[in-house]
Amino acid sequence: MSAASDVGYHAQRQARWHYGEFAFWLIVLACGFVFPSRYLIMTDILRLALFTMSLDLILGYAGIVSLGHAAFFGVGAYAAGLLALHGIINEPVLALIVAGLAAMVLGFATSFLVIRGVDLTRLMVTLGIALLLEALAERFSNITGGTDGLQGIEMQPIFGQIPFDMFGKAGFFYSLAVLFVLFLFARRVVHSPFGLSLRAIKNNPLRAAAIGIPVNRRLIAIYTLAAFYAGIAGALFTQTTAIASLDVFAFERSADLMLVLVIGGTGYLYGGLIGAVVFRMLQELFSTITPQYWQFWIGLVLVVIVLVGRQRLHRWVLYVPNLIIRQVAGRKAVVAVPESDA
Amino acid sequence: MTAILTNLFDGVAYGMLLFVLACGLAVTLGLMNFVNLAHGAFAMAGGYVCMVLVNRMGWPFFAALPLAFVSSAAIGIALERTLYRHLYTRSHLDQVLFTIGLTFMSVAAVDYIQGSSRVFINLPAALQGQFDLFGVGIGRYRLMIIVICGLLTIGLQMVLAKTRFGSRLRAAVDDPRAASGLGINVPQVFAFTFAFGCGLAGLGGALSAEILGLDPYFPLKFMIYFLIVVTVGGSSSITGPFLASLLLGIGDVAGKYYVPKMGPFVIYTMMIVILIWRPNGLFGRTAAR
Repeated sequence: MSAASDVGYHAQRQARWHYGEFAFWLIVLACGFVFPSRYLIMTDILRLALFTMSLDLILGYAGIVSLGHAAFFGVGAYAAGLLALHGIINEPVLALIVAGLAAMVLGFATSFLVIRGVDLTRLMVTLGIALLLEALAERFSNITGGTDGLQGIEMQPIFGQIPFDMFGKAGFFYSLAVLFVLFLFARRVVHSPFGLSLRAIKNNPLRAAAIGIPVNRRLIAIYTLAAFYAGIAGALFTQTTAIASLDVFAFERSADLMLVLVIGGTGYLYGGLIGAVVFRMLQELFSTITPQYWQFWIGLVLVVIVLVGRQRLHRWVLYVPNLIIRQVAGRKAVVAVPESDA
Repeated sequence: MTAILTNLFDGVAYGMLLFVLACGLAVTLGLMNFVNLAHGAFAMAGGYVCMVLVNRMGWPFFAALPLAFVSSAAIGIALERTLYRHLYTRSHLDQVLFTIGLTFMSVAAVDYIQGSSRVFINLPAALQGQFDLFGVGIGRYRLMIIVICGLLTIGLQMVLAKTRFGSRLRAAVDDPRAASGLGINVPQVFAFTFAFGCGLAGLGGALSAEILGLDPYFPLKFMIYFLIVVTVGGSSSITGPFLASLLLGIGDVAGKYYVPKMGPFVIYTMMIVILIWRPNGLFGRTAAR
């Protein structure tokens, strides 16, 4: 077997659907029927999961550290809000796509700034862009509603058929459908030759360039795609909650997002989904213990995660499941987190 | 005309203050290559220590200032020895996550202990009000800040350029391996410098309560300003961050005065442009580690 076909074989094996994945999505779907009273928080988790998946695409796969990913979330949120408020596009799915595209355009435009420089410059530039947009949204308060946010958004039925109900049932299944479709697409992207080349760039940009990968073009492409995903997440936020306010751009949102991704694990798409569930649970738990000071415990979780080491932590978490899997399905089926530092 | 001069004076005071607040970060971020987003938390600690001493225990303001320095430096060295030093070799992502975590914890902790509203430090009467100098209004407090910060800057420059410790620090920064080969205790030099930077931040925090406003969200609100000072100023010398702070201070005051609604917008745009144009800062050297 030649080296090239060997790589292809392993890449294909990796890309194949795993039993666990079917089970995962079935459980998510089942949650929609089992907990009818918790639609709002579950929708929130789905949105966060989509947003985190977007960060994972650039951080976990391409190694771009971003402290301002909320910029795209915010643009998507405001775009969806304005489209609905002024009745430009009434159909939610179409509005969703347009809002995503708006964020995507911004992502493409700013990607040229982001791909330059080292980690530190990227951190500063992404953070700067998010703050800039927040300042702009505050400045043009006649369009954005300023600190009050966009108010009085009324969502039309999805496809003209399914109205948003006050319990959030339609919102939940709508978000789930969007998340699933985008997940399938992301899954296809990261297992494609394009996705493999991104990992090569993350591991060593210089070598990647030496074997003929157009590093900058690939980074621009994935950054633009991630911006699209974040924009969709933001638009979902506006559509399911019917508000858009300045805090969509807030630094805390970008920082929390990093925490979510780190809890779940970078570099595999389920990391974002699992991280979102765990993060919201933690947040609920902390805010029932200390309503005002839950941020302290979130900060503590971050510090502990870093000090213990992200890789070691995931080995511990996966220890028991892997023990069971090993008994049932043999040694080969063990779940390992493909993680390396960004 | 006099309004312009008054603004310039305020801007210089503001810039000097930013310099004292951020020059510790210039060392950790620029020289030790450690992304410390929690720097503002040390400043806040100093500010609150000063507030408690002056307002609750009735210490004179000028006696409380050195204690603000000492307490922040003590917190700094404790954290450096226990936590920070494990992270020097880790990736930037880990450093960012760790220091964001610390910042969140400090915000919530101060909120818990002191409440979330803005606090003021009772100033002695000699520092209040302003006087006219050739028609230019000069605030006494701001004049004191310029004097203190100016002296500190000169002192720092002298220490770095003339003393044995300064040359050790410069050697350790230029090439840690060669420096430790020459018998310089590099971790100790870094720890001391880190603590000193934290102490300066604490002093800056105490001085800034009157001008920037001191509340539990201080570390988050001013994080971007400290980062701008360091990234724009570069880290090759102390002059880079100093000039960057002055530029930022004057620009921010002027922006708030003349185009109140565009103020932050101007600064963020400037920062992005400078970073794209000169990724190592306006006054930085080209070699990056």
